[in-house]
Amino acid sequence: MAGETLLKVQGVETYYGNIRALSGVDVEVHKGEIVSLIGANGAGKSTLMMTICGSPQARTGQVIFDGEDITKLPTHLIARRRIAQSPEGRRIFPRMTVLENLQMGANLDNLKYFKEDVEKVFVMFPRLKERQSQRGGTLSGGEQQMLSIGRALMSRPKLLLLDEPSLGLAPLIVKGIFEAIKKLNKEEGLTVFLVEQNAFAALKLSDRAYVMVNGRVTMSGSGKELLANPEVRAAYLEGGRH
Amino acid sequence: MAYTTENNQSGVMTKAIKEGIFAGVIALGMFLLFVGIETYQDINNQLVWRTRWGLLGVFVAVAAIGRFVTVGFIKPHLDSRKLAKAKTGVLEISDEKGFFRTHFLKIALIFLLCYPFLAMLIFGRQGSLKYVDNFGIQILIYVMLAWGLNIVVGLAGLLDLGYVAFYAVGAYSYALLSAHFGFSFWLLLPMAGILAALWGIILGFPVLRLRGDYLAIVTLAFGEIIRLVLINWTDVTRGTFGISGIEKATFFGIWSFDVGAANNFNKAWGLPSSSVYYKMFLFYIILALCMLTAYVTIRLRRMPIGRAWEALREDEIACRSLGINTVTTKLTAFATGAMFGGFAGSFFAARQGFVSPESFVFLESAVILAIVVLGGMGSLTGIAIAAVVMVGGTELLREMEFLKHVFGPDFTPELYRMLLFGLAMVIVMLFKPRGFVGTREPTAFLKERKAVSGSFTKEGHG
Repeated sequence: MAGETLLKVQGVETYYGNIRALSGVDVEVHKGEIVSLIGANGAGKSTLMMTICGSPQARTGQVIFDGEDITKLPTHLIARRRIAQSPEGRRIFPRMTVLENLQMGANLDNLKYFKEDVEKVFVMFPRLKERQSQRGGTLSGGEQQMLSIGRALMSRPKLLLLDEPSLGLAPLIVKGIFEAIKKLNKEEGLTVFLVEQNAFAALKLSDRAYVMVNGRVTMSGSGKELLANPEVRAAYLEGGRH
Repeated sequence: MAYTTENNQSGVMTKAIKEGIFAGVIALGMFLLFVGIETYQDINNQLVWRTRWGLLGVFVAVAAIGRFVTVGFIKPHLDSRKLAKAKTGVLEISDEKGFFRTHFLKIALIFLLCYPFLAMLIFGRQGSLKYVDNFGIQILIYVMLAWGLNIVVGLAGLLDLGYVAFYAVGAYSYALLSAHFGFSFWLLLPMAGILAALWGIILGFPVLRLRGDYLAIVTLAFGEIIRLVLINWTDVTRGTFGISGIEKATFFGIWSFDVGAANNFNKAWGLPSSSVYYKMFLFYIILALCMLTAYVTIRLRRMPIGRAWEALREDEIACRSLGINTVTTKLTAFATGAMFGGFAGSFFAARQGFVSPESFVFLESAVILAIVVLGGMGSLTGIAIAAVVMVGGTELLREMEFLKHVFGPDFTPELYRMLLFGLAMVIVMLFKPRGFVGTREPTAFLKERKAVSGSFTKEGHG
């Protein structure tokens, strides 16, 4: 699995005003991997995700994507480097139809591959096909998450960033979404970087994982290692959902 | 069963009477000082007051009876209709529309094309002047302004309370450039649009980071700044005196509408001298400009920039994460909207022959915005209907001479324009919270076109 490095986060420190949210974070994602980042509320997981996307930008340190330093690029230019994001809270366009939402994802190539890619998304999430002319805001939470991931995939990304895809969803739906991610990774070789609070599901899915506490990465290893690690078990898994 | 309905009905009636009296009392309290007592100056220039109990009585009666009828008859009727619909299981939207509704746009366009001639046939040459100018041109100017603002507010979701500034820029561009350099209408029309678009970008830059209420305040201030500059920069704009004697539009430079000109249109065609032909010509110009606005809006919505505007309205952060440059997207929205405002402004100057800062007060911005909101943000048809109702309605008020017989000779219906405007807005918002046309035509299709009904969208309930 040790492909070449796709994303490298090096000594990144991010501030909100004067408050330091990330301190010296190092994370690496290789091509073809699923890497997850787990941690408690307020650990800085989402901040790292947003720092990769350039909003807020890292004050020190570097974010290197595919050999290029993207630390100081504006968000839309980072997105054009084919880093697709399914942001926290899904952020679909509520008054636009499912199809229009997907169309927005295909904007980077000016809809060149739109029809082809829509079919792919519909195969992956048949529910979206049923609801294609319905407005985004009227979908259920799980469907919105599917739409958010589908929209991200429409840009033919090299790296897919998922911020809490399980947030507020029923376990069965989470399972379905995680299976879809796994399948994408296996069949299309898509690289995925995932932020999750649902540590158990995330670790099971991932090739490698990082544990974040108070803005620092405190532990890393393969998904299996971390699942077996007593500290991780005590902090994130015991008494949690299995 | 019969017993309960009867009981219900008498219950409804008691409730209606109660609410009617209550509404009457509130109206009495509200209007007692505003309507019941009037202050005026007598011959000695002293401020004295007199009472108008009759008028106050009318106000209170309207409120009380209106509330009684609403609660007692209209609401039960609507409820029973809704219930019946729910029972039959027929959704409120059906794909079958009548002939009139499917061909509404074509019929409307044909009607508009014939409108000046129809007016002339029915009311005679001089009689039609009012209908072509006060109704036709006036309404179409507002349609165009509202369609222009619709790009900024309805599509891109940027609340702009200073839209009239661009209208003013267009009008003064035409007035000043034609006076100083003698450029013709047809040269200055696009120039006014470009200048207004430039001002749109100038406004756009400082407000790039603002949204919602903050943006509204800054745009409001921008509108006022432009107006104050027009008032105070007297060397150029002649301040509150305004600029008069603005050149008329010509028939593409071939014929002039100036009475003294050698190539006078009326003479060239052997028509009797009357300003009605000029007005008809203006009517067709503004109609063409409106069509241009509509065409551009419809085309843009299907292009990447138009899609980006709509996405921007929905979620700015998601837009950026999809690679959309929100800076250029916002600026193009401001510039495009402002450009149409500029076109309308230069047309306005050519039509009036006179511009002054008084035509570009905040109230104008508010009226244009109200038309956009009432029509249903984003819907061209809805906005056009709203403009006809609102602007046409206020023009109609001028015609209501008979009201003087009811309310006394001092009654001037135009003064109640804003009251009725507000009332109409409240009523529309109560019954059609998304505006006249709340449905939005989607721009993405795989196979068939399907209008997405507003009934599927959330509006607090449902």
